[in-house]
Parts: sequence; C-alpha cells; structure tokens
Amino acid sequence: MKPGRFTYHSPRSLDEALATLQVYGDDAKVLAGGQSLMPMLNFRLARFEHLVDVNRVGAEYAEPTFGDTRITIPLLVRQRRVERSAEAAAALPVLTEALQQVAHPQIRNRGTICGSLAHADPAAELPSVLSVLDATFTIASSRGVREVPAEEFFLFHLTTSLEPDELLLQVSVPRPPANQFSAFREFATRRGDFALAGVAAVCEVDAAGVVTACRIAAAGVAPTPHRLTDVEALVTGASLHEDLWPDVEAAARAQVDPTGDIHASAEYRSRLTGVLVKRALADIRGKLEATRA
Amino acid sequence: MRDHATEFPTRTQDETHTVGCTVNGREYEAVVDPRMTLADFLREKLRLTGTHLGCEHGVCGACTVIVDGAATRSCLMLAVQADGAEVETVEGLAEDGELAPLQQAFKRNHALQCGFCTPGFLMSVTAALREESVTDEEQAREVLSGNICRCTGYTGLVKSVLEVAQGKESQGKDTEA
Repeated sequence: MKPGRFTYHSPRSLDEALATLQVYGDDAKVLAGGQSLMPMLNFRLARFEHLVDVNRVGAEYAEPTFGDTRITIPLLVRQRRVERSAEAAAALPVLTEALQQVAHPQIRNRGTICGSLAHADPAAELPSVLSVLDATFTIASSRGVREVPAEEFFLFHLTTSLEPDELLLQVSVPRPPANQFSAFREFATRRGDFALAGVAAVCEVDAAGVVTACRIAAAGVAPTPHRLTDVEALVTGASLHEDLWPDVEAAARAQVDPTGDIHASAEYRSRLTGVLVKRALADIRGKLEATRA
Repeated sequence: MRDHATEFPTRTQDETHTVGCTVNGREYEAVVDPRMTLADFLREKLRLTGTHLGCEHGVCGACTVIVDGAATRSCLMLAVQADGAEVETVEGLAEDGELAPLQQAFKRNHALQCGFCTPGFLMSVTAALREESVTDEEQAREVLSGNICRCTGYTGLVKSVLEVAQGKESQGKDTEA
C-alpha cells in the first residue's frame, strides 16, 4: 500500500526542526531513517498530518564521536556507519555485535541508531544494548535540553518519554573500562527477522576473573528492555564458570513474564531467555579467556 | 486549518515538491506528492520499471536500489528525500547491451526463475561486492539474506555471488546457448 497524505517538512537546521515540532508536534512525526516509520505509513497503521524529516538538519549529526570519557551518537548516525566503524568495534563491541543482527544491511544503511531507540520496539536490539551500556538520552525541544537514563526513556511498547515537541538529539555512553567484556545474543527464526528474544550483557571482571559489576537486559520479552537483576546479582562476585549456568538459566527464566504470540509461546520465550543469557555469559567468558591466553 | 507557512518556510503550501536526482548517470527532474515513495517515483514518474515492488514494507527486498552508494529499500524512502541523490537501478547495470558479470552469472547459474525478485538481488549484491570481499558461502548467504526469492531455493544465487566475488565470471560463459 501507499502512505496517506501528509504535509512534509524538511528543516535545514536543528533550531528549525525544533521550531517546526513546537508548532506541529501534536500532529507530527519525526522521520529519520524511516525503516520502521515508513512501513507503518505504507500500511496505514499510522497516519500523521505532518512529517518532520530531520535528514537535512546538518551533516555534523551523522557522525559518532569517540571522546576520552564518552562516546556520543547523534540523531542522524546510520546503523551501518557504526557497524562498520573499527573505532566503535574496539570501544563498544556489544553494539557492533547487536547491529550486525539488526534486520539487513539495506535497512541498516538508512536506519539510524537514535531512530530505532525513539521507535522503542520491544523486540528491537538497540534499546537493550544501550540500557546495559548505561546510556544517557539527550532530548531537545525549543523549551530546552534534558537528559534521561534508559529506564526513564523507555516507558512501554513503542512509547518513550519524548514529548510531542521533543527530538532525541543524541545518545551517549561512558567509555567502558578496559576490564569490561560484553556480548549480545538473540534468536530469530530467519536471519534479519525480529528476534523472539535477545540478551545484552556487560561484565566488569577483576584480575582474578571475578565479576565485579554486571548489567544484563533482555529484549522481546517485556514492553521495555528488561533488566535481569536477579541474574546480575547471581553473577556479581562470582567467576563465570559452567557450574553457574543452571542457576543463571533458572534465574533468568523466573524473572521474565513474556507474552506468547503466533511466533512463539510465552513458555518458549522464557526458556529461550535463559538459554540466551547463558550463551551471552559464555561468550563473555570466552572473550575473557582469549585476552588471558 | 492552521497556516503557519509564513513563519515556517518548511511548511509546504501546495503539497508538491520538485525532485531532482541522478539515476544511472542521467539527470531527472519531476514534480511529486510528498507521500510518493522513491520506488513509485522511479517506476511511475521516470518509467524505470525494472525496480519491482513486492511487499512495500521493506521485507522482500525486490525494490532495492543503490542511493549514494548504499543499497536501500526504495519503498522505505520518499522521493522527496532523494532530491540531490545519485541513484542506481537495475537498468544501469548492463553496458552497451552487454550484461554485467553478475547478471551473466545469474543467467549461467539459473539464479532466477520468474525474475520478479531479480532486480533487487542484483542491486543488493552489486552494492555488497563493492563494500567487502565475499569468500565463502556463509558470507554469500549473509549478502543475500535481505532479499526473498520464492522460486530458486537460493543455490544458484549463492553460486553466482561466489563466482563473481572470486572473479570467475568468465568461466563457462553461456555454454548452454
């Protein structure tokens, strides 16, 4: 099908974009990469009187910056740009791993990281990854700029704390310490499809191999990225070892309450979450061993 | 209806836009509704009907074209967004009536039956082979994974990608002819 009618705005600066949103916000939708929005428009699952296309607000918003303390991804950074960045792979390997599993290259060429986050699909990879990376979401409007952490940004299915006149200006994460190891695991029935479940995990490990800090979040099993705090508690203070896996699996399974659908039952998704947590932690152990070999 | 057109020059007054872009090296200009997708623009305004539309929501890959060097779903991009862009479509692959090596490989390996998905596959693979080397079947399948073919079972497609990637396109050329 084809999109319904809308009025198209193509602001040429951030100020102009925010001014446009201030006027039309209630009836407007921001268009960035369009890889989630355009299908909804084509199917007429969504209709907006105004589309505010932010693609031309400035090339400076299309490049990530790798600072000494923080890595910043502004609103127009395409997923493929970060996926293919050696700097990103070195600093945030879990983001690279997850991006490789986001749909297909043709989608990632156009889709933006901030756009996926603002869309907040519960089955998407990026919200859970940015959650475990302790991201800060910078939100701009003509009223000013505010910053929120992931748990205040993602509210529900396809719902964030963005107000109608606001724009997700950038997402930034602290540069991980050298002793941080991470992994992303998901399972989809076909390559590039939405995952039935996914798990992002980061662990900080001391010289003795003991986990000193840990953040784990599951995707596709709750309305928002679901932090597996019971698993985090279990892993923190322990060494990543096979003996730990049965407890890890059980804790993960007990802490999710997914809904079933035509693709997978609730029971299957729970079990899958446990398996994926185990695999992610095993990946982390493998990476840890590789650096100490 | 509110009219903020004077204060907000981004507001369109007449609901149409002029799009100028380069397609396969040739410059085009056309007036479009903002809701027209790039795919419909290519097919209906420029009459370049080699780009096919399957699902119209970004899943099947039939409409894949190359925009500013990147393989893109033309059903998920508005024509107005392509203003100033360089677009490549399947019509641009053959040179002087001679099929491109990838097209020859598709023909040789029976990488198509009905042919509906073929333009999308050709554009996806063309972009992918420019970006990175493909050395094994796993990588070839990754390159092909964003397009759907309901006829072939992909074996001929995988073979074609590997042949062209390894520069073997001259072997066994059109032996069945």
